[in-house]
Amino acid sequence: MAQSFEVPNGHSVEEHDLERTLNPYVTGTSVIGLKYKDGIILAADTGGSYGSTLRYKSVERIKPIGKHSLLGASGEISDFQEILKYLDELIIYDNMWDDGNSLGPKEVHNYLNRVMYNRRNKFDPLWNSLVLGGVKNGQKYLGVVNMIGTHFEDDHVATGFGNHLARPILRAEWHADLSFEEAVKLVEKCLLVLLYRDRSAINKFQLAKITEEGTTIYPRYSLKTFWGFSAFQNPTKGAVGSW
Amino acid sequence: MSRRGDWVYENNGGTCVAIAGADYCVVAADTRLSTGYSIYTRDYSKICKLADKCVLASSGFQGDIKALQKNLSARHLIYQHQHNKQMSCPAMAQLLSNTLYYKRFFPYYAFNVLGGLDNEGKGCVFTYDAVGSYERVGYSSQGSGSTLIMPVLDNQLKSPSPLLLPAKDSVTPLSEMEAVDLVKDVFASATERDIYTGDKLEIVIINASGIRHEFMELRKD
Amino acid sequence: MAKVDADLPPKGGFSFDLCRRNEMLVKKGVTLPGFRKTGTTIVGLVFQDGVVLGADTRATEGPIVADKNCEKIHYMAPNIYCCGAGTAADTEAVTDMVSSQLQLHRYSTGRESRVVTALTLLKSHLFSYQGYVSAALVLGGVDVTGPHLHTVYPHGSTDTLPFATMGSGSLAAMAVFESKYREGLTREEGINLVAEAICSGIFNDLGSGSNVDVCVITKGKTEYLRNHLLPNPRTYVSSKGYSFVKGHTEVLSTKIIPLTEKEKVEVAAEGDAMEE
Repeated sequence: MAQSFEVPNGHSVEEHDLERTLNPYVTGTSVIGLKYKDGIILAADTGGSYGSTLRYKSVERIKPIGKHSLLGASGEISDFQEILKYLDELIIYDNMWDDGNSLGPKEVHNYLNRVMYNRRNKFDPLWNSLVLGGVKNGQKYLGVVNMIGTHFEDDHVATGFGNHLARPILRAEWHADLSFEEAVKLVEKCLLVLLYRDRSAINKFQLAKITEEGTTIYPRYSLKTFWGFSAFQNPTKGAVGSW
Repeated sequence: MSRRGDWVYENNGGTCVAIAGADYCVVAADTRLSTGYSIYTRDYSKICKLADKCVLASSGFQGDIKALQKNLSARHLIYQHQHNKQMSCPAMAQLLSNTLYYKRFFPYYAFNVLGGLDNEGKGCVFTYDAVGSYERVGYSSQGSGSTLIMPVLDNQLKSPSPLLLPAKDSVTPLSEMEAVDLVKDVFASATERDIYTGDKLEIVIINASGIRHEFMELRKD
Repeated sequence: MAKVDADLPPKGGFSFDLCRRNEMLVKKGVTLPGFRKTGTTIVGLVFQDGVVLGADTRATEGPIVADKNCEKIHYMAPNIYCCGAGTAADTEAVTDMVSSQLQLHRYSTGRESRVVTALTLLKSHLFSYQGYVSAALVLGGVDVTGPHLHTVYPHGSTDTLPFATMGSGSLAAMAVFESKYREGLTREEGINLVAEAICSGIFNDLGSGSNVDVCVITKGKTEYLRNHLLPNPRTYVSSKGYSFVKGHTEVLSTKIIPLTEKEKVEVAAEGDAMEE
């Protein structure tokens, strides 16, 4: 990538390509988000993959932003932590107006959309898919944005593998007046499928909710798995005579 | 520029159609937002109201489309402050062309149809390529299903050649109701055969009495 | 070619001579013609007393739907069926070929075909073609040893499973199976779960669509439920029909050449008589 070229004064310079995230290093897998009766639930596992190695087992990928928002991230972990820094600054600057106003989820999502799109325009992307959920003035909000700036809102969202495995379940079973307990059940159903079928998913989950009252991030926990199908016990039994 | 990688673009699919009549304009697009073989959302509006008598329907890369819409809206706001009136549809058409060509070597991946009423109150449709080449026509279709829809429109609403002298009117002979009926039917047909078109159809009708919205369900598979 | 000695000419089958040349051409920017792919959802599961297979009915060519109601559950033997995903021609050819071998085997042995036999024929054929025969299959049937369900990948690897999905909609369908499958389903429950998994593929995967085909195989009985569900009717039909008026394409000139023009053929006086 680093091409050298001549500049007028005769010095040869390296193009500053090396600053760019050309490929991700430590990555997090899917994030799931959905609206329920009185707020938003976000969920993700806490794995940090280094290629196909499970490098970190306890990465926080869901964070509260300001008073009204929750942010979940998949993709490059270092880029996510950089984004958290930007958001910290954004929220502090907004606080300094001291006008009793504060940024809501819609504003934060819009900020993220512009940041992500702007970085792709510089060919220097932040290698993430972000889920932004929040509640402000009784208005629930849930949106996503990816590394090139594609963004949208929906009643339920998922990133990465979640798009293929979790959203079919959410589209079939989600409805607007889910109670918190029902919503958690639905999320856990999705997480379990991801755990079975996404090789970079791990059995240690972070669940968070946000309502008009504020954010709650629950202690990490595991789900119960089932491997007892008789066809799993002795796989060769089903095809005796073949190889 | 794009030798740096094709990752900077994504095709989010979708189809747009616009038909100009004597005193109306119909602009329509489906609401599916997708990438590859998966659907992002079934309910994303590809139609953007830029002025009271001017709407833009776009398909292509959603990130670019939203940036383009924001850009045009901001330019229109400045125009209103400077001129104390709204931009005419043909003026907006030229602005859109310039905006697209400005990014000639790192284009907006957006396929646009602009529809509205001109200064005489006649329906007008402008159709574009991604880098700003444009033309005023009587009807147009853009996006993933355009190759399926355009021949049908050509057959039903054949426009006169722009080379004819004296120039002939390019607006369609259909009534507003007939035009809406045709739009619904061509979208139902495109949805049968184009995998990127579907879910829901959003129709915007502009006439002397203002802007009206209509929705119709499409196949969701 | 795995099956042929190095210095013997190949006895039929594919020639791989041009594969490297084609790869080189592709690298230089030549685009090869595309094939009709069944961007597909196919599934199968084992229930109480047999297996249920399922498939959607959409065939695509790139972004265009080539066939809205095709059949993807192929006949292998009276007690064995096979769902195919991948290149339509390959799934068709490979299942036809194996089913004919199974038929001959039944004639020769006078016994019902076994699922392992079909499985072994399929995998050895696919393996010998190194993945160039792009058929991804879900094979299911009931034989003397009981109900069996397998997946076969294009390179020839196989799996034995209680439930299986394949094709571009496999993840959407698997999401349903992973959250709802259990052992000992009844026939009714099995059919419903398969239909639900296929619907998940139809509605969430753009490569899959249209209708649901189901095939239920139990001991001594096979039911092929073609278009078991039709969940995608057309949403709008114009109130009036269309007239396609002549003259939309301008006629610039007309010249008519008669189809047959009589020609006199001279017969040579003393021609050789044709051999009978």
